[in-house]
Amino acid sequence: MVGQSLPGALRRGLTFWRRSIQARVVVSTVLLSAIVVTAVGWFLLRQVEQGLVDDRVAAVLSEVANENVQSENRLAAALGTETDGLQQSQDFFTSINSSGQTRGFHVVMTGRGVSATVKRDVESVPQSLIRHFDTRQDTSAQAAWTFTTLHSSTARGAPTEQPGIVVGTVVLIPADQSKRTVYYLFPLDEVQKTLALVERALLTAGVLLLLLIAALTWLLTRQIVTPIRLARRVAERLAAGQLQERLRVTGEDDLARLATSFNQMATNLQRQIRQLEELSRVQRRFVSDVSHELRTPLTTVRLAGSVLHEARDGFDPETRRAAELLQTELDRFETLLVDLLEISRFDAGAAVLDLDDVNLTDVVRRVIDSTRSLEEQRNTRVTVRAPETPCIAEADVRRLERIIRNLVTNAIDHAESREVVVTVAADDQAAAVAVRDHGVGLATGESAMVFNRFWRADPARARTSGGTGLGLAIALEDTHLHGGWLQAWGKPGEGAQFRLTLPRYAGMPLRHSPLPLVPDDAAEVVA
Amino acid sequence: MDDVTQAEDFRARVLVVDDDASLSEMLSIVLRQEGFDAHLVERGDEALEAFHVYKPDVVLLDLMLPGKGGIDVCKEIRAESGVPIVMLTAKGDTIDVVVGLESGADDYVVKPFKPKELVARIRARVRRNDAPGADSLTVGPLNIDVAGHSVTRDGQPVGLTPLEFDLLVCLARKPWQVFTREVLLEQVWGYRHAADTRLVNVHVQRLRSKIEIDPENPEIVLTVRGVGYKAGTSGQQ
Repeated sequence: MVGQSLPGALRRGLTFWRRSIQARVVVSTVLLSAIVVTAVGWFLLRQVEQGLVDDRVAAVLSEVANENVQSENRLAAALGTETDGLQQSQDFFTSINSSGQTRGFHVVMTGRGVSATVKRDVESVPQSLIRHFDTRQDTSAQAAWTFTTLHSSTARGAPTEQPGIVVGTVVLIPADQSKRTVYYLFPLDEVQKTLALVERALLTAGVLLLLLIAALTWLLTRQIVTPIRLARRVAERLAAGQLQERLRVTGEDDLARLATSFNQMATNLQRQIRQLEELSRVQRRFVSDVSHELRTPLTTVRLAGSVLHEARDGFDPETRRAAELLQTELDRFETLLVDLLEISRFDAGAAVLDLDDVNLTDVVRRVIDSTRSLEEQRNTRVTVRAPETPCIAEADVRRLERIIRNLVTNAIDHAESREVVVTVAADDQAAAVAVRDHGVGLATGESAMVFNRFWRADPARARTSGGTGLGLAIALEDTHLHGGWLQAWGKPGEGAQFRLTLPRYAGMPLRHSPLPLVPDDAAEVVA
Repeated sequence: MDDVTQAEDFRARVLVVDDDASLSEMLSIVLRQEGFDAHLVERGDEALEAFHVYKPDVVLLDLMLPGKGGIDVCKEIRAESGVPIVMLTAKGDTIDVVVGLESGADDYVVKPFKPKELVARIRARVRRNDAPGADSLTVGPLNIDVAGHSVTRDGQPVGLTPLEFDLLVCLARKPWQVFTREVLLEQVWGYRHAADTRLVNVHVQRLRSKIEIDPENPEIVLTVRGVGYKAGTSGQQ
């Protein structure tokens, strides 16, 4: 569901992520480094900020102290000349204010009749500091400071805010012995500018560092991954059968040793495969030779046996019987030899298909025509159920006929004189033949073993049909050659069904069969 | 080919080329019992000379021979005569059989065979197809003189072996009918049971290579896919 709704690019990206170690290593390293770099950067920034602010506070305090001394001196000098306290404090304020304008701080003085105090500056003095001085009017000359937000206005009159430091001191006006609190407002914009600069520098350094780490990781993983990818490609080619493929070994490092071991493995594999191929070739050759060497004398014996068999009427009864036995056993011997050679041809992989479009119904009818004598001999009846339309599949007609003949004769053998039904069906994907008998059936687990070579359901059972025990094994090999299915179903006492399914076109994958494996009549019993 | 001569004088002559002495002797016993005359040759390089001297009606040819291989012998005989050749092969593999048939053999028997089977094959080759019917047939540009066993294409004689001739006549007699390979095996080769349909395929190819202008695009012997073969429409003319 998710995979279907994902856009193509994202899916490709995910695939790349899953397949590339390099991408995963680079991304995870960069992510981890980013976390560390951010933490370190943040810590540095805080340290620098702290240091800068502390310095600024110390400078501000010393400047205020200096200013206080100067203004007290000024007041002391004016003592006696001025008696109006208001005027004196006004002068005092003016003098500090003018020095503040050159040095970059604002001044607020509280108390009666202070007219020159800028309203915005007054707002900038925090209430906590004002309360502090309200409660301790007596502790003169004791300065106190705190951080605050400075309210000011730009040239156009818009209000602005910036962080700052406010320092308060108490001044005794000599004229009327009144105490007035003076607040010095120092902006922290210099500190802020410095901090911004440091921040930019740290950010740039962090980004560059991350890029460096990414590039480094990419390079490092590339050095590891490239040989692995090469090895993968060579392994794929080896797997595809190009056994002479080898890795190039350079240097003596771990990767070079890996390559050496890999090459050794490939060499050993190649040698083993060559040996097996040689063995297989020798065996095939042997089978072919045995075939030729056995067949020629067997032909002679066969001809001689026939001549004797033809002339048996002139023999005494025992010799006649011997001639008959010779004849029937030669038949068996010959069938067995033919089957054995066929099986060995399959084992050698030498069996090839001669494909053509075949109507399965025609083949079934032809096979049943040729098994009529066996049918009569075993006192059973074979009926065909086939649709009117032809059941076409691409098949090797010789092999297909052999499969069906094997299935039908096997069914007749085990039918116990009950009816044998051959059903044919087809759709556009596949064609199928099912051969159903109502004989002894198969015990549990036997439906897979019936295709084993020389397997017999009951070893004690009399071998009446003279089957070689290879018929179903050959039928299975023939079916596999077509890419088809050959399956057996059976129940004790209810008979068995063998189903052959062939794809409509050879090599097309089979997904279903047009016929059920378990026959309808038996399925009801099971239910 | 009168009944009288067939009974008295005409014993069909079979040339047996096989290196296995016992088998050859056994074959000659069986063949004599069945009313044939047999001559044995053990080496491949002596086969052609014996063929010239003995003038057989059928050649039984083993594929593995000392001196010269059966395939080569087959080609040599076919180069100068249309005498039926039946191969004796120990291998049923496609390649061996097809190579044998393509080098000119008419039929083959796989060892070990039953005597009846062999005799049926030989009889089918020796027998002349004298089925009643038109003496002259026409398929496309071909004129077939059935009695005279000759075929002409636009007046030019075409050399066919007796088997190829029988195959052509069989198709030409019923140009409206599609013959399955099995029916052709029965009517031309004399098989009563289903046999190897490659026989038909190979000989149709050989026949086409002699009578068609372009054997890749046949006009006289047509393939009906999934069924078999039929003669090209003679109604064209």
